[in-house]
Amino acid sequence: MLKEKLKKSLFVALWFAVLTFPIMVIRVNTIEKTVVWRWGNLFMVLIGSYVISFIWNYAIERRERGEKTSIAFIENIKLKTRTISQNVKIRKGGLAALLLIVVLFPFLTSFYQMSIMNTALMYVMLGLGLNIVIGLGGILHLGYIAFFLVGSYSYALLNQHFGLNFWLALPIGGLLACILGILIAVPVLRLRGDYLAIVTLAFGEITRIVAENWSSLTGGPSGIRSIPRPKLPGIDLSLIDTAKLVYFIMVVLAALTIFITLRLKDSRIGRALIAMREDEIACRSMGINTTKMKVIAFALGSVFAGVAGVVFAANTTFINPASFTIWESIIVLCIVVLGGMGSIPGVVFAALVLKLLPEYLRAFTDYRMLVFGAVLIVMMIFKPGGLIPEKMKHYSFTDADAAAMKEEDE
Amino acid sequence: MGVLEVKDLTMDFGGLRAVDHVSLEVNDGEIVALIGPNGAGKTTFFNCVTGVYNPTEGQVQITAPGKASEEIQGTQPHKVTEKGLARTFQNIRLFQNMTVLENVMIGRHSRLKSGIAGAVFRGKKTRAEEQQVLFDSYEILKKIGLTRWVNEQAKNLPYGEQRRLEIARALATEPFLLLLDEPAAGMNPQETHSLVDLILRLREMEKISVLLIEHDMSLVMSLSEKIYVMDYGKQIAVGTPAEVKKDPIVIKAYLGEDIDA
Repeated sequence: MLKEKLKKSLFVALWFAVLTFPIMVIRVNTIEKTVVWRWGNLFMVLIGSYVISFIWNYAIERRERGEKTSIAFIENIKLKTRTISQNVKIRKGGLAALLLIVVLFPFLTSFYQMSIMNTALMYVMLGLGLNIVIGLGGILHLGYIAFFLVGSYSYALLNQHFGLNFWLALPIGGLLACILGILIAVPVLRLRGDYLAIVTLAFGEITRIVAENWSSLTGGPSGIRSIPRPKLPGIDLSLIDTAKLVYFIMVVLAALTIFITLRLKDSRIGRALIAMREDEIACRSMGINTTKMKVIAFALGSVFAGVAGVVFAANTTFINPASFTIWESIIVLCIVVLGGMGSIPGVVFAALVLKLLPEYLRAFTDYRMLVFGAVLIVMMIFKPGGLIPEKMKHYSFTDADAAAMKEEDE
Repeated sequence: MGVLEVKDLTMDFGGLRAVDHVSLEVNDGEIVALIGPNGAGKTTFFNCVTGVYNPTEGQVQITAPGKASEEIQGTQPHKVTEKGLARTFQNIRLFQNMTVLENVMIGRHSRLKSGIAGAVFRGKKTRAEEQQVLFDSYEILKKIGLTRWVNEQAKNLPYGEQRRLEIARALATEPFLLLLDEPAAGMNPQETHSLVDLILRLREMEKISVLLIEHDMSLVMSLSEKIYVMDYGKQIAVGTPAEVKKDPIVIKAYLGEDIDA
């Protein structure tokens, strides 16, 4: 048995060695016309892929046998955290500590740390917004960043032409994105699955291309410059103070988004959205107007992106269409999938991980995408529910006739 | 007075006539069965009645208790449900990752009002409504006998229980007519027996009528007051179980024609 496994891994290692031979071993210098053979690399590839393949096979086999890849130590920690987190006092204390950290963060860290946190918080908002559409409603939306674009441009343009200030732009940006969301919901309503994905993808690109080519309005590829940062009336803020202000704006907005999505999920509308994700045909036969639900999902999801977009424009003071490529949509999609479809804590966690880690891993910048891809594959095989899988609410009924008692379980 | 009256219903898919001028009537409090060999068009007929398909021809008329009759052909499925027709599916279509209770709560959807604002602000009205939903849904689970699964994900239920949950979910929409598409498919004799009990009990307690498609003849014969038989999209017989059982045309449709005859 073991012998077979070792043999299998050997084949994999050999195969990888052959596969990577041209890039890892041969280096041709075209100027001096020399060829360097780096045999050391071959050796590394052989050893590396041998070990990885062996571990991989072992893990896959365990999973197929239905065993959870659980180590007693980890299980122990899980159990302990569960008992601790159920203690109300500790829960409250934990929340207070978290609040304190959040409030003190900008005063303890550098400008750089703050600005990456600002971006990460924007992605928390985007992730939660898309979570309504994909995670709850099950509508595969690949052009989500278009709403972010609309929010950004609406602040930039309204400010440029009408001198609209940041605070007013926040709701207006959200509203405009929402209107666009409803408009695009109408044509995609009839579509499902792959077709829907393609249409939303195209829509995202169309929005970007319009922004790129409508030069008279949007400034074309060169974008819009010197967008004013958020200001407080009557106070002159330095650059650092403005970053702090943006940080607090983002914290409030992200908290608001979390609050709204949590409440929404545990409501009549939220349940209907989840049912639509589970089975659209059954959903319609159970008296749910799926057309209306899809429009609601799109409209709500886009509001958050629009508002985040306004802050984005104000924070960077410069926007151009290059910031809103399909790649950004994919990142937000990854946040939702990696965090766990429909899981609000999962999405928040994934957004922070996906936006903060790359910044701190600047040293490995060349391999960033490689690691990212590998992590995604491993996740989807071993933890398809995401980092923090969605949990359905549990209820306990004390007595047959007593009113239902709710038990928080998230 | 019939709660459901279908007249000359026809459904074409391109050149194929799946349902050909079928008429059917369900009276108040009646249990009616629709039987026929595989591919006879029974499920298509169901889909036409419940709004999944828009029939090519014919009328579907419903008369809710205490209300005027109305024609509902071509109405969207969710509106049909609102009007009081609820259905189950041939291949179970539960919301698999939702809990048993949530599945039933979804059934209550069309009888509730709270919207987005209610969800976000969670005012007095919304909270009261939510409590009521929990209470009502739990009551339905009690009636069907699924309370011990309340917080279980629907997909983890045994097969027979999943079928019962589908009925519970349909019941939550407050129907006056329940349409069951092969409710006993895949059940063992014991489960089938308790299903018969359940359907009879529901008719008594909820004052509903039932239209069901079924292949299990023992269930059909013991439950239904009237049987319609379809074959190749056409209605070939109608009558009481005893009449249908003896009908030579029905026997021929089920057993096939003798070549020598």
